[in-house]
Amino acid sequence: MAIAVIRVSLVAVGLVWVLAAQTVLAGDAQRYVKPGSQAAHSAACVEETNFMRRNHMELIKHQRDSTVHHGIRSTKHSLAGCVNCHVSVSPEGQALAINGRDQFCGACHAFSAVDVNCFGCHANVPRGGLLSPAALAAHGDATAGARPSPGQFMSDTPGPATGRAGGQ
Amino acid sequence: MKHQEAPLDPSLGSPPDPTLNAGPDQSRRAFLGIAAGATAAVVAPAFVLQAQAVGNPRAERVSDAHRWGLLVDTNRCVDGCRACVDACDQENGLDLQRKQPDQSEAEWDTQKAVWLRKVKLQDNLTGRVSNLPMMCQHCEHPPCVDVCPTGASFKRADGIVMVDRHTCIGCRYCMMACPYKARSFIHEVVEDQLTRVPRGKGCVESCNLCVSRRDQGLDSTACADACTALGHRAILFGDLKDPASAISQALRTMPSRQIREDLDLNTGVRYAGV
Ligand code: SF4
Ligand code: SF4
Repeated sequence: MAIAVIRVSLVAVGLVWVLAAQTVLAGDAQRYVKPGSQAAHSAACVEETNFMRRNHMELIKHQRDSTVHHGIRSTKHSLAGCVNCHVSVSPEGQALAINGRDQFCGACHAFSAVDVNCFGCHANVPRGGLLSPAALAAHGDATAGARPSPGQFMSDTPGPATGRAGGQ
Repeated sequence: MKHQEAPLDPSLGSPPDPTLNAGPDQSRRAFLGIAAGATAAVVAPAFVLQAQAVGNPRAERVSDAHRWGLLVDTNRCVDGCRACVDACDQENGLDLQRKQPDQSEAEWDTQKAVWLRKVKLQDNLTGRVSNLPMMCQHCEHPPCVDVCPTGASFKRADGIVMVDRHTCIGCRYCMMACPYKARSFIHEVVEDQLTRVPRGKGCVESCNLCVSRRDQGLDSTACADACTALGHRAILFGDLKDPASAISQALRTMPSRQIREDLDLNTGVRYAGV
């Protein structure tokens, strides 16, 4: 009888611990996903949250090779995407460096004592856009035909095939 | 949607400094600057929307069906004009570089990253002077790739020569191997790099033919656009493998050459009028 009581209470204590641990995890998630960031309003990350916790570095590493060497920019596992979604904003409207010790990447990496080297080269806030303002402006121009045609290249009078190149 | 980039990014949307350019078409240039600023202001509040609305991000591997290149008509390149250089700097965040407080101007000049420079050539016999922009020539047989001990310096399938900064150890062999002085080393910590151009201390870098524009489906480079916008039209970008492209047609009809053609590198950047 006494043994049974002890056993039941041990199980109960265990259950309480599990519950507590889950509460802490949920609290963690809330602490790390910054209020005000886009991620705070999303139902889910690009993959399941627990999977992302353990494997985000593998996804990013895979994507880095396919982007740098093969030019693939369409996949959802881009570091720029992480930053864009998880960056938080100061009350003054300034984006806060995501690798700061109290920010999304920085806080978790400080807790787990793992250096995050990404931001030696990568922007730690969304900066400058995926295309430059000049590219956006010129892209509009391109549809209006502002790019030189082969004939215009080298010619002084803009127009189709009137220059030396087109005339020869 | 509050986390916008505009407050962080004062340099990109602002009109270019008119004193830097001696080109004739200042009013158009000023207008373009304002237009660019307006575009930045409009798109800034929606970073994600901006990326989705305009770019056409590449989903398939680059292939050797294309080879990107440039043709520069040195006859049209204007002495004193820096539009292409400034455009390159802004495109790639090089205008955000700052001199170290303890550095002399002379030292800074030799150490700051330069992807595109204006070069003046003089024929000593005739005295004829030509101007040309000089960047990585995107060699078919790049010496920088040959010497790299880690494989960081590589040629993409579409002919763009780049550095994979993840594997670059900063040994700078490639800088010594390049016959065109095209490469730069980043000596100091970089704090304010752009999202589209990651760059940091300890790596070598050089012109990548505006690779982010390539991968978003745009059809020109920052330098060529800037030159065209001023009306000089000295730089033409295009696909060397497409016989119908503007650059292939121009190459077929006008005399052009490679700089240091004796090295047999089959450069992707060609020059007319030199
Ligand atoms: S120009 Fe220089 S950096 Fe560019 S591919 Fe040739 S050797 Fe390499
Ligand atoms: S500096 Fe970097 S890219 Fe150049 S040779 Fe050394 S490792 Fe290769």
